[in-house]
Amino acid sequence: MTTPVLFDVPGPKARRRIRIGTAVGVVVVVAIAALVLVRLAGNGQLEPQRWAVLFDPASQVPQALGQALLRTLQVAIVGMVLATVLGLLLAVGRLSEHRWVRVVVTTLIEFFRAVPLLVLIFALYFLLPKFGIRLSAFWALVGGLVLYNAAVLAEIFRAGILSVDRGQREAAYGLGMRKTQVMTLVLLPQAVRRMLPVLIAQLVVLLKDTSLGFIISFPELLRGARGLVEFFTLQFGNQYTFQLYVAAAVIYIAINLVLSWLARYVERRTRGNEKTAATTPTELPADVQMGGGGGAVPAAR
Amino acid sequence: MDFVRENADLFLDAFLTTLGLSLLAGLLALVLGTLLAAMRVSPIPPLRGLATFYVETFRNTPLTVVFFFIIFGLPQIDFVIGFFPGAVLSVGLYTAAFVCEAVRSGVNAVSGGQAEAARALGLTFGQSLREVVLPQAFRTVVPPLGNVLIAMVKNTSIAAGFSVSDLSSLLPRLVNADAGDLTLVLVGVVVGYMVITLPSALAVNRIERRVAILR
Repeated sequence: MTTPVLFDVPGPKARRRIRIGTAVGVVVVVAIAALVLVRLAGNGQLEPQRWAVLFDPASQVPQALGQALLRTLQVAIVGMVLATVLGLLLAVGRLSEHRWVRVVVTTLIEFFRAVPLLVLIFALYFLLPKFGIRLSAFWALVGGLVLYNAAVLAEIFRAGILSVDRGQREAAYGLGMRKTQVMTLVLLPQAVRRMLPVLIAQLVVLLKDTSLGFIISFPELLRGARGLVEFFTLQFGNQYTFQLYVAAAVIYIAINLVLSWLARYVERRTRGNEKTAATTPTELPADVQMGGGGGAVPAAR
Repeated sequence: MDFVRENADLFLDAFLTTLGLSLLAGLLALVLGTLLAAMRVSPIPPLRGLATFYVETFRNTPLTVVFFFIIFGLPQIDFVIGFFPGAVLSVGLYTAAFVCEAVRSGVNAVSGGQAEAARALGLTFGQSLREVVLPQAFRTVVPPLGNVLIAMVKNTSIAAGFSVSDLSSLLPRLVNADAGDLTLVLVGVVVGYMVITLPSALAVNRIERRVAILR
């Protein structure tokens, strides 16, 4: 940390106050943690055998959680790939020279960003069957995620394409390339490389949003844990409930922390290189990071 | 048209639930988020650590998981909470992490001279934060903060998965309606959210223009 601006470098008195504050702070934190632990222990939640079930292959729990994790990742990967492709198309469409393409694409982007993600998923899952198109929970979830994330990614890609130096495009045209060639051979590759950290950050958001599958009963990580809980509760009462929920949450947080770290690593790697370094901000806006269909309403820009 | 008349009350209830949920959770998020931001810039290391831990954890946890812990987890430590208060708590706690980040970026944007001048005048950390830094920080973060709160309104939709009868829950609840009516429900739900988000966005714009500091 550099010299703090908000407070003086503490002198002896301030240091004593900070030490007291530190002690009080630690005591409060420890007290809260202790209270939670005591409550948990009082209910027998901390007994080793209750936690052992998470790691005991004979209980089928690790396998079931692994399968659920696999399905979560499957949704995330399929969703991310499709969203990237659709996002690229939308970004190019938004930069089109034809006015009507621009208008249509912009409307689509704004619409999908303005609607809560869960409403999109509900629409695919509950409304489409009324029109004879029956989607499985998997595709309803993926579909909703793709539509929303493609709209967000389109804006990111557009910023990336616009950030490529004008000379690049002019030189490409000067070499006699066609519009499509300029876009696909010159502009997009550079834009995508620059936007890589943001792309990974968006993957974190998408991965978080796969948990919405829980609500439409897609057996992803959370629903998987819930299913196990219901199964065990029938047999042994709810003695494993808490442990399974904690396991699901820890897996989510761990994956997301790793991905966040990866995004930062990639950004550090690319920053030194002026060809690939992003000129636009590489942090996703906070409202996009919130997931769940955040980051819309253009009027607030 | 019968369908609309029959369900008008249901719709209004759902809309008010979403609105109430948004207002209460937004209030909680603003207060807690500002507190966390103050902790993150404070001179006391454990407070900084605690706030950083809170923000990192909540930012990397899906909101659905937060709901899960509040609704199904808290009863495990003998703390039973209703579905609506649980939803307010979940959305509020989750959004607070993002509010904290927005406010903190505002604090960082206040020029160093301001804080130095405050210190030179002999203001304590609390005073300089309250009287000098935060008022300016809030002015600069009106747009990102507004966006966070608007995104939060859309995030309240997740409460529909946890037995709160909000706007989004109308779709599964009225799923037995025929194609035309259910489409109408979808349009109503989307419009319902926009009735909250669009005026908020306009208000954010207006507030920003009024309080912006020209540097």
